[in-house]
Amino acid sequence: MFRNQYDTDVTTWSPAGRLFQVEYAMEAVKQGAAAVGLRSTSHVVLATVNKAASDLSSHQRKVFKIDDHIGVAIAGLTADGRVLSRYLRNECINHSFVYESPLPVSRLVVRLADKAQVCTQRSWKRPFGVGLLVAGLDETGAHLYYNCPSGNYFEYQAFAIGSRSQAAKTFMERRFEAFNGYSRDELIKDALFAIKETLQGEKLTSSICTVAVVGIGEPFHMLDQKTIQEVIDSIDIKEDDASAAAADQAPMQEEDKSSEAAAADQASMQEEDKSSEAAPMDI
Amino acid sequence: MALRRDWVYENNGGTCVAIAGSDYCVIAADTRLSVGYSIYTRDYSKICKLADKCVMASSGFQGDLKALQKNLAARHLIYQHQHNKQMSCPAMAQLLSNTLYYKRFFPYYTFNILGGLDSDGKGCVFTYDAVGSYERVGYSAQGTGAGLIIPVLDNQLKSPSPLLLPAKDAVTPLLESEAVDLVKDVFASATERDIYTGDKVEIVVINASGIRQELMELRKD
Repeated sequence: MFRNQYDTDVTTWSPAGRLFQVEYAMEAVKQGAAAVGLRSTSHVVLATVNKAASDLSSHQRKVFKIDDHIGVAIAGLTADGRVLSRYLRNECINHSFVYESPLPVSRLVVRLADKAQVCTQRSWKRPFGVGLLVAGLDETGAHLYYNCPSGNYFEYQAFAIGSRSQAAKTFMERRFEAFNGYSRDELIKDALFAIKETLQGEKLTSSICTVAVVGIGEPFHMLDQKTIQEVIDSIDIKEDDASAAAADQAPMQEEDKSSEAAAADQASMQEEDKSSEAAPMDI
Repeated sequence: MALRRDWVYENNGGTCVAIAGSDYCVIAADTRLSVGYSIYTRDYSKICKLADKCVMASSGFQGDLKALQKNLAARHLIYQHQHNKQMSCPAMAQLLSNTLYYKRFFPYYTFNILGGLDSDGKGCVFTYDAVGSYERVGYSAQGTGAGLIIPVLDNQLKSPSPLLLPAKDAVTPLLESEAVDLVKDVFASATERDIYTGDKVEIVVINASGIRQELMELRKD
């Protein structure tokens, strides 16, 4: 009700104790193209959907290598993401220079979160409009963090951000308990599966997604299109087999499934709106 | 004469050599670290791989060399992030020159040689002084044994004088194996007369298939 009166400045509180400008920044993240991250004990996988502004343009870069042991996937204002990636790279290089060892992931995300917090408490700045999934490996193991424009960060077993990410989250919620034991390839497969969920019927091809891996003995790098397409093809084959084996009227069943999924998504989106009346910064 | 108490440098001795070929580059340095008439260690590498096709060898003050190598490695990382590719040898050569001149009034006490393959795959060697003056040459030597080695290389490699016209390629027509043998010979000779050169020589060869390294024993006295 009071939203419009207290949302001009990031330095203005609402009577309910909320900073609307920060919440609007988090909305920007929700509008961006989807990005998912999954973690096992030895590997972390990031996957993103690459939207192109038009058929004539190139795809946006949403995955950045920060150091040999850390990479990020972004959703939201990609320009903000690029600037933050430059900052993260700088921090890693400076740390390596002085200490001759890789910057632990937890310390990096804290610095990033502190940088984001500054922008929530200055009248002449605006919050960053980008959410980052930080995937990294250090002495304490494999980590996946989500950094929010609000300055909050959490560690996750698996997470998804961006538009239609709820579909991916639902998919991963059913399976995340097994992730720790997953092999590297199973993790990549599930990441692509999760991305597929966010596409809601659109065909998944290696040209519209990016997949990156970091793991023990494997520095952070993006997979090439051929490898990704092979995994996608194996997913498709499995699905085709499953639906063919499901007795008669296979196409009808697929249609039912996709409409079910769409209905479920709409329901969960409505739930999200309701829950946004409470303080969403607690996520 | 008053004793100077602000001398912050130390010469750790040693010799470096590099030879550029048509499609390879040989860089070599001995592995002895000395101070005065003492030996600190017989097993110290003065060679550093800066990029895929670019290797640096330096003699002089090894403390400054370590700092210089770290500096260049960090700058190379930044370059890779910005340009999505490795630095070429000529690019690294310019960077090294600028980095050295940056400290014109408190220099890195290092005498550097940069060796590698240029963008056409031809061998290149760049030789420097302590404050960044550099030149692309066909071969070079730096360090305490350089005075004993350069005349031999001049004689063997028949590198054309810059005064000769038409201008000829600075790289030697020698084969890779012949160049490596020549390097071993000159180091053996320098070891005989230079007290700071000896123990082992580390030879690094860069060619189209990558970088390989070998060690050869030298006199220990």
